[in-house]
Amino acid sequence: MIALLRRDLALAVRAGGGFGLGLAFFLIVVVLVPFGVGPDRSTLTLIAPGILWVAALLAALLSLDRIFALDFEDGSLALLATAPLPLEGIALIKALAHWITTGLPLTLVAPALGFFLNMAPDAYGYLLVSLALGTPALSMIGSFGAALTVGLRRGGLLLSLLVLPLYVPTLIFGAEAVRRGVDGTGATAPLMLMGAITLGCFALLPFASAAVLRINLR
Amino acid sequence: MLQVRALRCARGGVPVLDGVSFDVKAGEALILRGPNGVGKTTLLRTLAGLQPALDGTVEYPGATGAYASHADGIKTALTVTENLTFWAQVYGRDVPGSVYAAFDLDALRTRAAGTLSAGQKRRLGLARLGVIGRSVLFLDEPTVSLDGFSVRMFADWMRDVHLAGGGCAVIATHIDLGLDAPALDLTPYVAQPDADGGADEAFL
Amino acid sequence: MSIWEYANPKRFMDWTAPVMRVAFAVAAACLVVGLIWGFFFTPDETRQGSTVKIIYLHVPSALMAINAWFMMLVTSLVWLVRRHHVSALAARAAGPIGLAMTVIALITGAIWGSPMWGTYWAWDPRLTSFLILFLFYLGYIALWAAIEDADTAADLTSVLCLVGSVFAILSRYAVNFWNQGLHQGASLSLDKEENVADVFYIPLLICIAGFVALFVALVLLRTRTEIRARRTAALIARSQRA
Repeated sequence: MIALLRRDLALAVRAGGGFGLGLAFFLIVVVLVPFGVGPDRSTLTLIAPGILWVAALLAALLSLDRIFALDFEDGSLALLATAPLPLEGIALIKALAHWITTGLPLTLVAPALGFFLNMAPDAYGYLLVSLALGTPALSMIGSFGAALTVGLRRGGLLLSLLVLPLYVPTLIFGAEAVRRGVDGTGATAPLMLMGAITLGCFALLPFASAAVLRINLR
Repeated sequence: MLQVRALRCARGGVPVLDGVSFDVKAGEALILRGPNGVGKTTLLRTLAGLQPALDGTVEYPGATGAYASHADGIKTALTVTENLTFWAQVYGRDVPGSVYAAFDLDALRTRAAGTLSAGQKRRLGLARLGVIGRSVLFLDEPTVSLDGFSVRMFADWMRDVHLAGGGCAVIATHIDLGLDAPALDLTPYVAQPDADGGADEAFL
Repeated sequence: MSIWEYANPKRFMDWTAPVMRVAFAVAAACLVVGLIWGFFFTPDETRQGSTVKIIYLHVPSALMAINAWFMMLVTSLVWLVRRHHVSALAARAAGPIGLAMTVIALITGAIWGSPMWGTYWAWDPRLTSFLILFLFYLGYIALWAAIEDADTAADLTSVLCLVGSVFAILSRYAVNFWNQGLHQGASLSLDKEENVADVFYIPLLICIAGFVALFVALVLLRTRTEIRARRTAALIARSQRA
């Protein structure tokens, strides 16, 4: 399992791995927002946490289809499925690798981008914590969607359609935590709920992913 | 070592083979023959457990089977050594040094797999079989895009290392590998059009 | 005889033909009576005036939008556990009907919201939940449409329906957490305090019965179509093999 994680990380950072594209996308979306809503600083302060959450979510979405599709095409997935590793473990590790290469860097650069959006000083900590807690769930849910659409030739668009509704609870609790943290109504409840979703996803979704991978490999 | 009894298997929900039975003992190989579309790949995937059999039994000792198809699962961004090490680790083993020589990969160890020729990639894919240490191999057209020299190299490894070491193999191939192995023609086992177990059965 | 024998496609075609006709007749009768009674023979409500009468479309369609998903969940489970083809096809058939019910509920909700809240759309938790449900239906239907192999499609959409159900419920609570709404309380509940007055209640029940019957009839109709389509494909495939 560690070997698989190391291989996926190595593949992501080498040439053609696409590492950094998600980050660049994140940056561009955030830069475009003030062009869309105007440069008024108080408006930007108001919407900054929400924009950062939505942009992070979309950036994570971009690289989802690579999680299983590349391994499916070159045959590694069939070989891995017949290897001694449980397919559930493979699904979990792949989601984890996706988080390390997208969710984690997004979380780390989000505060820097908050600076561009004139985010409230109190919001930085909450944003960091909520993204750190929430982005693993995005990767896990996304890898389930990727497993569903792995056998389809034009799965990318369908993948977004399937995954985005599943992202709703995580997004709501994530952005709500920052909002409540800033206005002082207590970020603990949304953070706990989001943590529960993340843990639940990691506990249960690998089984669903493995089940649909088996169906798709059949 | 491998026992197959009255196996029926389907491709895309349609039964293609029916009543396939054979034994392969340790140290033996079985060559599958038959025209394109007869169901060689389907049979091998069913034997390897990638798809369920409609009927019949497949028995071999647990945790000894391995499957290899035309798609090698080679990562082009990794070097030859990295590719092999990954598969060795997945199976909890070390890469035996002899495998590089056996598949003529010694000079290519640090090359990225993406820069290899089709035949070299194929040798790398086959070398995977040498590092995973599995004794029951299901091989689907292992010699595609290999030149005559490489085919003999693969046959030598199969005979002198794998089979001599007590392994066995079921190989689908169109060419003569030069192995002293019995061949099984699948044409007599082609399923009747109305064989039981198809996905559409309930609707006909 | 086991109840599951009714799930054999041929038997299903036999027994559903009369049931479907009855369901259509009941639906037509209930909807004609219920809607005419509701629209023309009930008094205007004191605060909301005549706008309240859209309740006869809004509440039943909203109810069926959720029940259709629940039916898909049950039939998906039956398919995954017992592998009855009709069950998977019934789930497939219910998808677009549930989508249509969701759209009716959203549109009637917007029409009702306009005089009541002064806006067609508010990010009220219940409206928002239905919008999310709409997205779930879209994804489910799109996945069915995208996969060529019938059994693979049935398997994958069933797993999606299971996972989607969990997330739909999560979304419902998340949305409540996110915004306290404008929506009035439940129109129908066992708790009499909240209920609508009796004059509105009986035609509403008739309309709901009509929508249930309509849903049953449409699901049967579409399932029968799916079975015929599948049988046609199977026969074509067999003739090509022979």
